[in-house]
Amino acid sequence: MKHFFSLSLCFALQTIAADWTQFRGPQGNGVSTERNLPTKLSEDNLKWSVSLPGRGLSGALVLGDKVILTCSSGPTQTRLHIIALNAEDGSPVWHRQFWATGRTMCHEKTSVAAPTPCSDGKNIYAVFSSNDVVCLDLDGNLQWLRGLTADYANVSNSLGMSSSPVVSGNTLIVQVENDSESYTLGLEKSTGINRWRLDRPKAANWTSPLLLANGLVALQSKEGIDAVRAKDGSKAWGYDDGASTIPSSTMLKGVLYVPSNGVTALELNKDDPSNTPKELWQNGRLQLGTASPIVIGNKVFTINKAGVLTTGDTQSGERGWQLRLKGPFSATPVSTGKHLYFVNERGLLQVVNTEAEEGEIVGTLNLDDQILGSPAVGQGGIYIRSNTKVYKISK
Amino acid sequence: MKSLAVGLLALQFFFVVHAASISDSIETIRSVGAEGKGNAAAAKAWKVLSKADVSILPQILASMKGASPLAANWLRAGVDTIASRSKNLPEKELLSFIADQQQDPRARRLAFELIQKTNPKRADKLIPGLINDPSVELRREAVARVIEEGSRQKDANQNEPAIKSFRKALNAARDIDQIRTATTSLGQLNEKVDLPRHFGFLMHWNVVGPFDNTKRSGFDKIYPPEKTIDFSAEYKGKNGKVEWSEFITSNEYGMVNINKAYPGPGDGLKEVTAYAYTKYKASEAREVELRLGCKNAWKIWHNGQLVFGRDEYHRGIRIDQYQLKLKLNKGQNTLLIKLCQNEQTQPWTKEWQFQLRICDSTGTAIHAANRPTTPTTGTDNSKSTLKPTRRPKQ
Repeated sequence: MKHFFSLSLCFALQTIAADWTQFRGPQGNGVSTERNLPTKLSEDNLKWSVSLPGRGLSGALVLGDKVILTCSSGPTQTRLHIIALNAEDGSPVWHRQFWATGRTMCHEKTSVAAPTPCSDGKNIYAVFSSNDVVCLDLDGNLQWLRGLTADYANVSNSLGMSSSPVVSGNTLIVQVENDSESYTLGLEKSTGINRWRLDRPKAANWTSPLLLANGLVALQSKEGIDAVRAKDGSKAWGYDDGASTIPSSTMLKGVLYVPSNGVTALELNKDDPSNTPKELWQNGRLQLGTASPIVIGNKVFTINKAGVLTTGDTQSGERGWQLRLKGPFSATPVSTGKHLYFVNERGLLQVVNTEAEEGEIVGTLNLDDQILGSPAVGQGGIYIRSNTKVYKISK
Repeated sequence: MKSLAVGLLALQFFFVVHAASISDSIETIRSVGAEGKGNAAAAKAWKVLSKADVSILPQILASMKGASPLAANWLRAGVDTIASRSKNLPEKELLSFIADQQQDPRARRLAFELIQKTNPKRADKLIPGLINDPSVELRREAVARVIEEGSRQKDANQNEPAIKSFRKALNAARDIDQIRTATTSLGQLNEKVDLPRHFGFLMHWNVVGPFDNTKRSGFDKIYPPEKTIDFSAEYKGKNGKVEWSEFITSNEYGMVNINKAYPGPGDGLKEVTAYAYTKYKASEAREVELRLGCKNAWKIWHNGQLVFGRDEYHRGIRIDQYQLKLKLNKGQNTLLIKLCQNEQTQPWTKEWQFQLRICDSTGTAIHAANRPTTPTTGTDNSKSTLKPTRRPKQ
């Protein structure tokens, strides 16, 4: 019996690990545990592609055998879509639509469906640039709705909002920071009502919150990082040396890599992460464009506006090899072991072997499509969404 | 016989209870409020509603009339969920619902989309008759067809029929992209379009400025025009005395470019505030929408009452960017706009302008009773940067 429970737990953990539950995956760092993915790419690796009912650059979720996506359609993108596809063949499972209750204006390059949804394995939490928040169960049944612009009339950004939500415990964290009425909200995940509302810097902000440890969430803004407790929004510590408002921070093995003055590494306190972290290093030569940094092993990777991939040592920050890729990039790469998967804005997927001496592009596949969203990984495949389609790449 | 009667009574009881539970569920959902108020009860009600038979769809659609936008979304999720379970939708009732123009416009569009899924040919036949429908979403395909027809006629050099088609499309169109397409095509056929009148842009203003907005402080600072309007008054401006002057725009999209009234050195004045004021004579008291496009920080007052304001700078501008509900008084109404320019110096931060129109909830222009002819020339002091003596008092 004991073995049965152990095996069940193992299986459950494996299932959770295989799911891609939020922006940049279950750990929020772009790292997947999938290993059986193609690296030397060819057309044969394109298993299916499906047209979407609207635009978007939000990333997909992979929840069990379903791929979840958001889109927006209509002449002013006032129709919001949440769809579930079968991961195996791309066939539709369910499709729900809503009317935007907030402003839908955004820069032509982005979309109302910019934030990646998130899931706690039971429900899906989708946020749109119109500040509509929708909670559905995995079968597409509505659990609750919020229209944050109806509640807070000046919560919006005329260039578009893009911060992706995260779930911590019973709280859904939604960052709706902008030049005017600027907040981060902690919503009760079962009902959507406010648990807390935090005043935030009055400045446009396209970054996403990041789960740290012990119920702490990193909120990034132009002023730096605030680590807040998800349960009540109280501040645990702050880093105030400024940070980017486009690429988001990433974390691996207790070290937070912040897009600040290049990249700044903050080591969380091992005994109590709510204590002020230790600044390990700062390197202004690790330049970032739109994509967020990613860490594999003892290297942090950044990609700049010119498409140059740069490595830095996670212990010292010292810059290592550089490799020019074909850019430009908006999408943050994902990693599967030693390989990094980059897709540029024109749909060129490039696989980099990070263990090659100077890095090496080992595979490419041209999807010839506008792609701005970070890929998702799960069910033996990589899911890449363009402004019109979603593609599955697998062996 | 007795058992049959009992059975029928039981069935009747079931339907009465069921109908009551559906009505109660709808009412609970319609009660959702701000900040998630009522969400927990609505979630329970939604579970009941979502399990109902497809025959209930017209009732749910009808309940969207007068519902808040948030409640309408709860209800629409119910419609989507119920409809996804069956291909046999109550087509006759849905067609009647679409035909009833008193129903909620978006609910009617939703009913139309249900018909599109189950009976595309029937839906297709409805489209031409929807060209002047109160639902903007229902109009769109009808307008698109007339534009396509016009394009075919234009390509075949049938200019008169083409002009007629594009005029018909323009008159019906409420979506900006379709208005632009029809207008461009008419222009290519040497036809003039009075776009300011079509949209209902306000073209005649009086302006005063520049006042100080150093470090964006002017947004909250109350300058004299916010207290009283006196065209004969002189005020202390940022760089000296300032006074009101007439400003007329002839821009086809109603753009009021304040830089043309107060052209500064180089790329224009920075860290300044100006006011624009106009009168609007309404033929009746009614609800309207003020629709503003603006990339500067702004505030709007109607008859001296603040309607709304937003302190965002240079994140973009588009027609109908902000839609503000307003109740016009019969007769004279006044509108005052405060427009703030910030400290940024990048090329895209030069603009100091707005466009404002008055329309109904579908975007149809509501003209002032005394709307003047659309001006063909407007205020342009931009050349005055070369002649400092012509610049406003400072």
